[in-house]
Amino acid sequence: MRKTKISREYRQHLLVCAGTGCVANHSFDVKEGLQTEIIKKGLQDEIQVITTGCQGFCERGPIVIVQPDGIFYQRIRKKDIPHLVEEHLLKGRPVKELMYVPSPKEAPVPRMMDIDFFRHQRLIVLRNRGRLDPENIDEFIGFNGYGALETALTKMTPEQIIKEVKNSGLRGRGGAGFPTGKKWELCRQEKGRDKYLICNGDEGDPGAFMDRSVLEADPHSVIEGLVIGARAIGAHQGFVYVRSEYPLAVKRLKIALRQARDYGLLGKNILGTGFNFEINVTQGAGAFVCGEETALIASIEGRVGRPRQRPPYPSEKGLWGKPTNINNVETWANVPMIIQRGAKWFSSIGTKTSKGTKIFSLVGKINNTGLVEVPMGITMREIIYDIGGGIPHGKEFKAVQTGGPSGGCIPNEMLDLPIDYESLTKAGSMMGSGGMIVMDEDTCMVDVARYFINFTQEESCGKCPPCRMGTKHMVDILDRITRGQGTDKDIAMLETIAENVKLTSLCGLGQTAPNPVLTTLKYFREEYVAHIKERRCPALVCQNLISYIIDPELCGGCTVCAKNCPSDAIHGEPKKVYEIDQKKCTKCGICITVCPPKFNAVRKVSPSLT
Amino acid sequence: MKKVENILRQNGHRKERIIQILSDIQRIYNYLPKEVLQYISGRLRLPLSEIYSIATFYAAFSLKPRGKHLVTVCMGTACHVRGAPAVLSRLEERLGVESGGTTSDNQFTLKTVNCLGACALAPIVVVDEEYHGQTTVNKVDKLVKTYEKDEN
Repeated sequence: MRKTKISREYRQHLLVCAGTGCVANHSFDVKEGLQTEIIKKGLQDEIQVITTGCQGFCERGPIVIVQPDGIFYQRIRKKDIPHLVEEHLLKGRPVKELMYVPSPKEAPVPRMMDIDFFRHQRLIVLRNRGRLDPENIDEFIGFNGYGALETALTKMTPEQIIKEVKNSGLRGRGGAGFPTGKKWELCRQEKGRDKYLICNGDEGDPGAFMDRSVLEADPHSVIEGLVIGARAIGAHQGFVYVRSEYPLAVKRLKIALRQARDYGLLGKNILGTGFNFEINVTQGAGAFVCGEETALIASIEGRVGRPRQRPPYPSEKGLWGKPTNINNVETWANVPMIIQRGAKWFSSIGTKTSKGTKIFSLVGKINNTGLVEVPMGITMREIIYDIGGGIPHGKEFKAVQTGGPSGGCIPNEMLDLPIDYESLTKAGSMMGSGGMIVMDEDTCMVDVARYFINFTQEESCGKCPPCRMGTKHMVDILDRITRGQGTDKDIAMLETIAENVKLTSLCGLGQTAPNPVLTTLKYFREEYVAHIKERRCPALVCQNLISYIIDPELCGGCTVCAKNCPSDAIHGEPKKVYEIDQKKCTKCGICITVCPPKFNAVRKVSPSLT
Repeated sequence: MKKVENILRQNGHRKERIIQILSDIQRIYNYLPKEVLQYISGRLRLPLSEIYSIATFYAAFSLKPRGKHLVTVCMGTACHVRGAPAVLSRLEERLGVESGGTTSDNQFTLKTVNCLGACALAPIVVVDEEYHGQTTVNKVDKLVKTYEKDEN
């Protein structure tokens, strides 16, 4: 019903993206600017400006979409606004200069759905992205929101709900991929009246931000999923645990919860059925390990977030010792669509073992950065090239890292791998929460391995020795290798420690921590060997193994590098060739960024000259 | 301690809300002062050692006063491959402090965070909740200058 309200009362709608990325790029200023300009032109009764959740194409922010035309405008600045309003809204001529251009030689693409980034996606979880105001429950209801809740509460028994979720084949989207329906069933079968539900929004994997986006753009779909789950399992209290780095997600979630309560969709006697369920929001305080379920539970209980031995699993003994069902944000957001459209429909998407879609955050060295939702079974190549538009600046693809610190690096040879839980594990990586970091020829794989082990070492809670000490030893060895002090024994030693940490750690964090090391050793061993034997970093990244030099053939003597060098290491005379004093150089790299493109005279070399 | 008492009341004087209570306290004081921790330890009947253990376990808490401006460098993977380490070392050099430190004039505290989930803007530096995307070594020099200028 609201749908009609939206399109009937106004001639056009401007949807301004207000996800974290666009807000950082001042999308609220753009919204205000648009409103002022529209009033100035007297169009306020014809055109409405709405802020929406994250559109997913964050690198192009701030994004403005004009509906019903579906015209996609990107990187809008305040100064563009008068022209945009005058041309498109008043005269009906879309503004080409503000549209997305795939590459400098191609024509601008006016409509959102014609842009490759959006065209190849299949939206289930992100179905409402960018089309509704996340702070307005009416719009969610207008797009059939809470319809699945009504069905579940009034037309289905708890057993039927569980059966539907089981048949759908939905598996946990947080990493390990445990069948969701099975998990619910285990928790339902536990005796006792007090049961809890938890939504894990402690999305700690660096490079993954789909849960943030879902909570920001469509918080009600998560709430709806939780209430359906509560009914199926027989729980009356739920918690959403959100990491402290996501303030906007917390704010929108709290607004959504308040509105759901006001509408009788949460709290006591939901939809008049006599069913009670309440949801609280708990905020983390910056600890990666709290994404592990037993650590997260400890954190909600107000303790230090250290994992404990399983079994007993949370479904038996979870929060405050009671049966607890825990799923991540993306998993919960899938639930309403499964109830609404049925298990058969859901299981028709994906592969034999992995059903439905998965959201990936496509970041790093890639042209189209952002969030993409794709059916399981799609290949890595399709995601990187068809949706992501390939590698920028004509560079060579080297690897894609999936699964965060628990995952691995997948090389070029394996790009045609259809993505599902099993295939990624077989490749030595894992699905994880869905971070997909693309690396090009300028990325050093030894440095990447060092980065991840350093990450897990810092985040290790310190409870079990293999993780606490094993990761420390691995960091020390990788530090030495990247400093050019590696020895012949280092690779074998790394492999031994990695295998042991994997086998003997207490929780998932430690058990998967060695994956980045093991996969880079498997697929990029020659880079390790170059660092150790030749003291050379082939990607020219490791600072101790490189030097900056000025090519005398190319230097135009323009003095820019010398003026910008913070350590006064560049000498020469104007109009003549400049030179870098290697003893003074701190390798900050400013010279390479300021050297005018017409000369392009500063280069990196390895091994180091000093 | 009136403000602290308010925070305790909002959280129902419940021990299990300790992480939220510490976050609220830090929002007011900019760090966790020893006297306040001692006070809430008494009010909640929670051993100070336990509060200390929580305050040091979670990265968001600081037991030392922070500078007027908090400069946070994201060290997530996307930021890392797009040059965050160089940005961090430039900031360390420019401010004369290591990550986690505060400048002697108490103007800046420099810290790192593992991922802000705004990877499309990598590499990111956040100054007092304002995000600065696609930073470079050059840009951070200018950034620090603007905040220094604000002081004069």
